[in-house]
Amino acid sequence: MLELVNVNTYYGNIHALKDVSIKVEQGEIITLIGANGAGKTTTLMSISGIVPPRSGEILFEGKPIQGMPPHEIVSMGLCQVPEGRRIFPHLTVSENLDMGAFLRKDASQVKQDLDYVYELFPRLSERRTQQGGTLSGGEQQMLAISRALMARPRLLLLDEPSLGLAPIIVKQIFQIIRKINEESRTTIFLVEQNANLALQVAQRGYVMETGKVTMTDTSDNLLANEEVKNAYLGMGE
Amino acid sequence: MGEILKSLKAAIWFMFLTFPIMVIKVNPIEDTVVWRWMNMAYIGVGVFFLSFLWRFMLARRNQGKKAEESGKARMPIGQRIAEEPKIKYPAIALVGAFALTIPFWADMYNTNIMTNVLIYVMLGLGLNIVVGLAGLLDLGYVAFYAVGAYSYALLNHHFGANFWVVLPMAGFLGAAFGVALGFPVLRLRGDYLAIVTLGFGEIIRLVLENWNEFSMGPSGIANIDRPPFFGIKMDLFQKTDFMYYVVLALAILTIIAVTRLKNSRIGRAWIALREDEIACQAMGVDRTKTKLMAFALGATWASMAGVVFAAKSTFINPPSFSFWESVLILVIVVMGGMGSVVGVILGASIIVLLPEYFREFSEYRMILFGGAMVLMMVFRPTGIVTAMRQKYTIHK
Ligand SMILES: Nc1ncnc2c1ncn2[C@@H]1O[C@H](COP(=O)(O)OP(=O)(O)OP(=O)(O)O)[C@@H](O)[C@H]1O
Ligand SMILES: [Mg+2]
Repeated sequence: MLELVNVNTYYGNIHALKDVSIKVEQGEIITLIGANGAGKTTTLMSISGIVPPRSGEILFEGKPIQGMPPHEIVSMGLCQVPEGRRIFPHLTVSENLDMGAFLRKDASQVKQDLDYVYELFPRLSERRTQQGGTLSGGEQQMLAISRALMARPRLLLLDEPSLGLAPIIVKQIFQIIRKINEESRTTIFLVEQNANLALQVAQRGYVMETGKVTMTDTSDNLLANEEVKNAYLGMGE
Repeated sequence: MGEILKSLKAAIWFMFLTFPIMVIKVNPIEDTVVWRWMNMAYIGVGVFFLSFLWRFMLARRNQGKKAEESGKARMPIGQRIAEEPKIKYPAIALVGAFALTIPFWADMYNTNIMTNVLIYVMLGLGLNIVVGLAGLLDLGYVAFYAVGAYSYALLNHHFGANFWVVLPMAGFLGAAFGVALGFPVLRLRGDYLAIVTLGFGEIIRLVLENWNEFSMGPSGIANIDRPPFFGIKMDLFQKTDFMYYVVLALAILTIIAVTRLKNSRIGRAWIALREDEIACQAMGVDRTKTKLMAFALGATWASMAGVVFAAKSTFINPPSFSFWESVLILVIVVMGGMGSVVGVILGASIIVLLPEYFREFSEYRMILFGGAMVLMMVFRPTGIVTAMRQKYTIHK
């Protein structure tokens, strides 16, 4: 469904992604884990076209999308939940959600999807007319995910949904991520620092270090891997 | 008590600092020095009261803020009135009736002034799209006004073109200019954008002033036709009244258009873009297109207002399109309340009417507007009328 082939991305002369190759199959949840500054966010930004790669190929459903402007990439069915949520603080919850459907013209379908996300997150439904900036961190994350769902993506990119949230809320959000994947067959590309949790929901994982993909395997194998245990799962239990 | 002491200190400092210029007066011809001690007393008392007032207002504002944070704040009076349908609709009806009947009871002079107010309402609402909604600081807005005015003046002068034909044409021309300016400057932000647009405004004015063959230079263009009305002959009074109604209709059209824009998806995209560009990109908002649209729409209205202005005054020359005109329109938007339609109407009325009816005032108006702006920024940064967007709900 999505394939990155030797992607190189730079910030000025900082070489942030070095020959990154990643493959995502239709319908799966894959995760990309790594330490701070490894280049996880940059990978997602490159896919979305917000920080376009300097070389390499990105294929979405077989079509090259590198170099395309972000709004065209979104319109192809690929949407990102950016790191730190980035909801619009002065728009209400329902206005934030409508921004997710920005490119869509099918009003009745949009309405259906709106009902769907309100069903998914009843908390948001109660707060429809509340300004985004006044929501709690967990509610903001729910809103950010819902907003991206409103674009009806076939591939959903999630950047650290657990960031700064209490364990119980994280658990809830991960359940919903799994539900989204199962119910609407949405493929999910999950970036996480919380490797333990991420590998539990994902079927496969990639490990990234200083701009390079250093390892890839099924989640079970990664969870059992000594190196991964030491580096990302907190002292190999 | 501490406040009084502080104000007293400020007064003493001012008395001391202004001593050389306010008190001592040397007369070099007669070799005498006049000591004007009364001036010192005036300054002392004046500064004391102003400083005290300032502190008092600041304290009140901070109290208001605290109340807001603890969620106890009442809605400001203006907003409460605007929200209450029992007051809202009669108020609209009253203002509407007032606006509609002006030519019947006002003389030509006053009708003309009200026409001016409406032109500034159009300009203010247009700039409001760019500054208030999209958050792009445009200091060269008057350039588009000039484009409209000159396109009508020139077409009318050379080809006798009809007002009604030029009006929509000028709208498109304004949009084209808006895109032309917008394209190169959209990557700039804040101050840089302001400087470049300022330069653009001045360039247009300088071209008009110096390209004699094209624009007739500083002497301007005279004898521009007023809008015709099905070829009916009208005397000057009727023409003035008709002009008023034309501008009123256009102003109402502007109000409707801007209100709808504000509550549309694109209006929300402007606000969203101001808040977080990356999130907007992630949602598929085309940054360039969205911002260009704001520029183009703002320019469209300025340009149409320009056509109206040329037709109304029947004479235009470059000084009408100076930088100060841009500033004035910006003052209307900021003072009235960025993003608020009612605020802009109020702002335009104040800015146009005060200098008209208080002639003495007009000499100092730049100083007074400047002072008023500083006070606004401190005490009411959201403008006289706080912008309110209709809360959005998706309907079946
Ligand atoms: N806008 C930018 N300008 C310059 N350098 C940047 C920029 N954004 C990221 N970088 C650099 O690129 C590298 C990768 O950053 P990235 O944000 O992709 O890391 P990450 O894996 O998402 O880290 P984290 O887990 O902390 O979010 C870092 O060295 C970072 O300093
Ligand atoms: Mg990151």
